[in-house]
Formats: sequence, C-alpha cells, structure tokens
Amino acid sequence: MKNEKRHMGLKATNRLSNTAIYILLVVISVVWLLPFVFILLQSFRVESTWQVGYVIPQQWGFDNYIRLWNSDFKRWYLNTLIIALFSAVLVTVIQLCMSYTLSRFRFKMRGPLMRFMLILGMFPGMLTMIILYRVLADLGLTQANAVPGLILVGVASSGMGYYVSKGFFDTIPKSLDEAARVDGATRFQVLYKIILPLAKPIVIYTILTAFMGPWGDFVFARYVAMGTSAGYNVAVGMYSWLTNDQINSWYTTFCAGGVMVALPVTILFLCLQKYYVEGVTGGAVKG
Amino acid sequence: MKRYSDMEFLRLSKWQKFLYKLVSFLVGIPLGIGRFFKKIGIAVKNGVLRVVSELKDIGVTFVHGDWKTKVSYVVMGFGNIARGQVLRGLLFLLFEAVFIFYMVTTGGYWLSKLGTLGTQGPESVYDPIYDTNTTVYHDNSFKILLYGVLTIFFIVAFIYTWWVNVRQNKLAEQIIKSGKKLKSGKDDLKSLVDDQFHKTLLALPMVGILVFTVLPIVFMVLVAFTNYDGSHNGYSNALFTWVGLKNFSTLFSWSSAGSTQSMSATFGEILVWTLMWAFFATFTNYFLGMGVAMAINKKGIRLKKMWRTILVMTVAIPQFISLLYVSKMFAADGLINQMLLSLGWIKQALPFWTDPTWARITVIIINIWIGIPYLMLITTGILMNIPADLYESAKIDGANAWQQFHKITLPYMLFITGPYLLTSFTGNMNNFNVIYLLTGGGPTNAAASGAAGTVGHTDLLITWLFKITTGSDSQYYLAAVVGIMVFVVVAIISLVVYNVLPSIKNEEDYQ
Repeated sequence: MKNEKRHMGLKATNRLSNTAIYILLVVISVVWLLPFVFILLQSFRVESTWQVGYVIPQQWGFDNYIRLWNSDFKRWYLNTLIIALFSAVLVTVIQLCMSYTLSRFRFKMRGPLMRFMLILGMFPGMLTMIILYRVLADLGLTQANAVPGLILVGVASSGMGYYVSKGFFDTIPKSLDEAARVDGATRFQVLYKIILPLAKPIVIYTILTAFMGPWGDFVFARYVAMGTSAGYNVAVGMYSWLTNDQINSWYTTFCAGGVMVALPVTILFLCLQKYYVEGVTGGAVKG
Repeated sequence: MKRYSDMEFLRLSKWQKFLYKLVSFLVGIPLGIGRFFKKIGIAVKNGVLRVVSELKDIGVTFVHGDWKTKVSYVVMGFGNIARGQVLRGLLFLLFEAVFIFYMVTTGGYWLSKLGTLGTQGPESVYDPIYDTNTTVYHDNSFKILLYGVLTIFFIVAFIYTWWVNVRQNKLAEQIIKSGKKLKSGKDDLKSLVDDQFHKTLLALPMVGILVFTVLPIVFMVLVAFTNYDGSHNGYSNALFTWVGLKNFSTLFSWSSAGSTQSMSATFGEILVWTLMWAFFATFTNYFLGMGVAMAINKKGIRLKKMWRTILVMTVAIPQFISLLYVSKMFAADGLINQMLLSLGWIKQALPFWTDPTWARITVIIINIWIGIPYLMLITTGILMNIPADLYESAKIDGANAWQQFHKITLPYMLFITGPYLLTSFTGNMNNFNVIYLLTGGGPTNAAASGAAGTVGHTDLLITWLFKITTGSDSQYYLAAVVGIMVFVVVAIISLVVYNVLPSIKNEEDYQ
C-alpha cells in the first residue's frame, strides 16, 4: 500500500516534469523558428519599406522575388554556387587526405607537424587577409574575378581544418587496417577498399560543411571583391542592402534573398542530416 | 604550502578540498612556467647537439665516402644516378638546377634588398615630350618582403634536400657494402602508394598550407616590425621599412592624445571584453545546449526526432542571414521595439544596440540562440554514451536528479568535451561574424576611438584588427601587432588549459 503510494507520487512528479519539458520545448521551437518565419512572411510583403510595425503583410505578392532576380543577386548567387561546388569537391579531398594520414600513419614528422599546425591555428586568420588580398591582386584574381581567388585561398588553407574528420577516423579500429595489411593490401588499397566505405558519414559531413561554408563567407569575400558588385557572393551583396541608406528600399528584397539562399541549403542539410549528426558526434568532440 | 597525502586529502571537508585545489593550482603556475622554459631549454640544447652531430656526420661521410659520394656534395643526385637510382638522382639534380637558376635570376636580388626593404621610392620625373611630370616607380617594399621570405623558405628547403642527398649516399654505400640491392625507381614509385603513402597524401595539403597560411603569417609577423600602412604602401606612394619594436611600444603606450585615451587602455578594455565574451559565449551555450539535449533525451518525451530537427534546421541557414535579420529586429526602430511600443509595454525604444551594457548582453543572448542547436547536436551523442548502469545504481542509492547530473553527467561531459571547450573558447575569442554582423562593434566608444579608427563597446580584438586594417589610415603594422597579441593570449590560455585538463593526455588512449 505504502509502496504503491510512493510509486504513484513518482509517476505524478514525472508527468509534471515532462509537461514542463514539453512547454519548454515548444517555447524553444517557437523562439528558434520565429525569425525565419518572419523572414518568409516579409519576403511576400508588397509594401516595401523597412519599419512597418507588423509581421503579417497587408498586401501579398511575389514583387520582391521578381525584383530580386532582376537585380545583381543573380550574379551573386551564381558566384556563390560556383565557389560552393568547387570547394565541396576540393576541400573534401584535401581535408580527408590530411586527416586520414594524421590518424593512421605514424611517421617521424607527425607529432611536430600537428603541433606546428596547432600553433599556426592560434594566429587569427584575419591577420593574413591583407597579404592574401595583395597576392590575389597581383594574380588578377580580385574584384570582378574574385571567384577563382576565393576558391584558391579557401581550398589551399583548408588543410588546417582536419580535426573533426581525424577524430572520426580515430574511431575506426586500427585492427582492420592491420588485418588487410597482413593479407598483402597496399596502404592505398586499405584506404580505398576498407576505410572509405566505413567513413561515409564523415565524407558526407565534410562535403556538406565545405558546401555550406561559402554561403556564409563574408569578411574575406568582401575584402577581395573591393566594392565590385560582379565579384560579390550572396553574403557580401545582401549585406550592402541593409546599410542605413539602402535598407528602406531593399529590406523586403533582402528577406526574399534570404529565403532563396536558405531554402536549398536547408533542404540539402535536412536530407543529409543523419550524416551530419554522425560526423559531429563522431569527430568534433575528440578532434 | 603543506602537501596532503591522498588519505589526508579525502578526509578534508568540501571547502577545504576546493581551497586546497585552488591553492595548489596557483602555486603550480610559476612551477609550470619554469617547467615550460626548462622544456624549451632542453629542446634547444637537443636541437643544437643534433645539428652538431649531423654536421660531424656530413664531414665523416665526405672523408670516408667513395668518389661518387664526394661528387654528390656538389652535384646533387650524382651518387644516385651513378648507382642506378636514376629517378631519384634526376629529381635531386633538377631541384638543384631550379634552385641555382632562381637564386641567380631573382632570389639573390630579393635577398639583398631584404635588409632595407628597398631604398629608392617612387619619384616624379619631368617628361619633356609631353611636358608633364610622370611618376617613376623603383623598389617595391611589399614584394621585397614577400619574395625575400619566400627565398629564405627556398634556401631552407634546399639545405634540407642537400642534407637528404648526402645521407642517401651514405645509406646507399652501406647497403651496397652489405650486399643488398638498392631500390629502383619503380620501387620508389610503388612505395608512394604503400610505405610512403603518407607523403603522397600530405603533399598537396601541405603545399597549400605553406603558401597560403605559413607564408602569410610569417609575412604579417614581420610587418609588425615595419611601418607598412596606407601612406607607406611600399610602392605607389612611399616605401616602408624596418622600425624595430616601435609598434609594440605604440600599442602599450600610456600617453593619451587629446580626448582619446591611451592605446594601452583601449587595448586593455577590448581584451577584457574579448575574454568576458568568450567566457560567456562558450559556457552559456555549453550548459544551455546540454540542458536542451537532456530535456529531449529524457525518457518519456515523445517526438524526439521532431524537436531535434527543428533546432538542427537553424544550423543549416547561413549565419549572415539570421544574424543580419536579428540585428535589424533589435534595432531602435526595429520589429521588437515597434511591437512593444504598439502594445504599450514600453514608453520608448529599448536601447539594445545603443547602450554599451545592453548591447553586450544582447550579443551574448543572441549568440545563445545561434549556438544552442549545434551544442545540442554534439552533446546528444555523448549523453547517450554515458553507461546507463551508472544512473541505475545512483537511483538505487537514492540520488535525485540534480545529484545525478552533478555527480555523473557533468564530470563525464567535462572530461570528454574538455578539448572541445578549449577550442570553442578560442574560437569565440575570434568570433568575427557574430559581433560584426550584429553590432559592427558598436555602440561607439568615444574615448577609445582615435587615430586608429573607431572602436566600439562590443568590439573584440579580431573586429578591432579588421577595423584598423580597413580604416582610413590602414595601419597594417598596428593590425599585425594586435594579431600577434591575439596569438599570445590564445597560446597562454591553451597552455594553461592543456596543463590542467585531465582529458588531454595521451592521444593514443582514445583510439
């Protein structure tokens, strides 16, 4: 009898705390999604000034989207897409080479190399912006030609970001490699036939992050484009719409642009979510 | 300080234990620093000894080597070719030829100018044909510094290759003496996908890092010792040159000019806020993210996948969209203020971005909004890995939820995520996007803004660096000094944490 009562009590408190958690989760979901819902709603707003003091448009229409695709946005979108596609391929190759080697091989320079890169990583990347800009300028890869320049710099320095995928490779048992080596497989065959199939989550994770990165790349892209609209990516271009003298005429167009940028990336992300989660949990922490 | 044995320590009360740990940590700092320098000393000593013994070895190899080896000291790769390793030998020879060609044609020139960074700036010359003055350009300090550094890299690479070449001759002689066969070119190529596969894999990434990370960093560190800025751009207006430690003393000067406070006061203010920001940004995200993850993980909560997906979706949306949008939402005439005003809850707009304290708090809160989904993702996986029987036995012993969290979850999490916390702290110190896209560093700190451009109350060192670089004066030298200071701060924090954290021990333990 007494026991039963205590049991009931536990159940009741459990139900209470679960209800609290549900309330919390609903609040969190609302807070997290609301700004994006606002962006979506305002992208359909026809009255185009910034401060209107309400969220739901009084007049709905596709005006903003039509204006968007008639502006320079087309060019910016294409620029960003090109950078994203190139870096998705090249950054992935470079980072996987780097992380696989540092995870699997024990060579003399491995320790010093990793320590060296750790120290290099402590310098703020922004520091090198000035010289990279000058070098790109000498190569003629700035302003209107910013796209190849951004790809070059982004890919070339991506080897430093090997930590997450190395953490993942570390979790694949080494005995697999050793067994294959005993059977006479070369190092290359071990990588190609054994490790890569097992590393599918981290490969997709790397491709996904490498593809998503350029969509938000802002500072260096802005510096390299140096005010030439043809060399902007979406982030730089859309930032110019929100300056104080532009915001009143471009605010709703910005929202429409935001939807156009976020939509494909988010859909892609949600499709590959499983791999992203596996990559993050498998690699990011141990890194 | 009295040292307790393990048994004595366990008998102390909670507060005494805490105090003991704290004191022993503080006492340990000078010792740790001492050890660190001792380590460096030992490393330097070992390095010098190693170089001396290698030099001796090079001499001995020359004296005892056969004629093929001796020729190789001058003509790299000769020994390899003479002993049948044609491929290797040709590569050595090619490298030597390229090196000599480079040094004779351009490398020597850059190197000779490196000491002065150029002597002859642009000058105005009268052109009698067109009756105008035209500017004639001579030296280019920027290129001299850049290619000078590159040439030094090249020389180091050459010396290393030369040494490898000598060592290979020695090894080859030994192998032939012992009656074995040398590796052929075909073997060499084969080993590149097998024994030496790591070299193949690393070649491309390392070249990229060397050219686009190492070289620029070395260059910018050197810029900190020059007067390179917008009005000394090294080519079209005036040359720049070495100024020694002057820029460091500028940053740390205590003299103030007019209404502007001294440089060191500004630097100190920004540094303190940077550390505060990094602390709050890291730990609010960490604990709240963990809290959300635990709430979703809790037994009996349904639709786990849906809650996670809602949060994860926000990770996918590029930050500049959400940050810029939210920044405008909180503006004085933005959505939030307007709604609150029209509801009559406030009489005048809340100063989200105009009051220093408000701005700092708002930035931290919005950063929570940005960061929680990511932290939720990371911690979910680890939380699920905590052995369930730990909780079972804790429950049997009558531990309540808080005790379970405090005694099991938290220590486990801190142990596993220690390294992540460190990288996230230093990452937040350099979190340019959140600050720049939200506030642009504002509201303006009038006392700190001056010759080096405007400085705001939410400026981090990294956004300050950016503002100095892109400001009207473009004081690159000052930006370089600030960059070096960021490095120093990050390095000190990392060193301390590495020496205190338990989970960064042996990397191999994890595998």
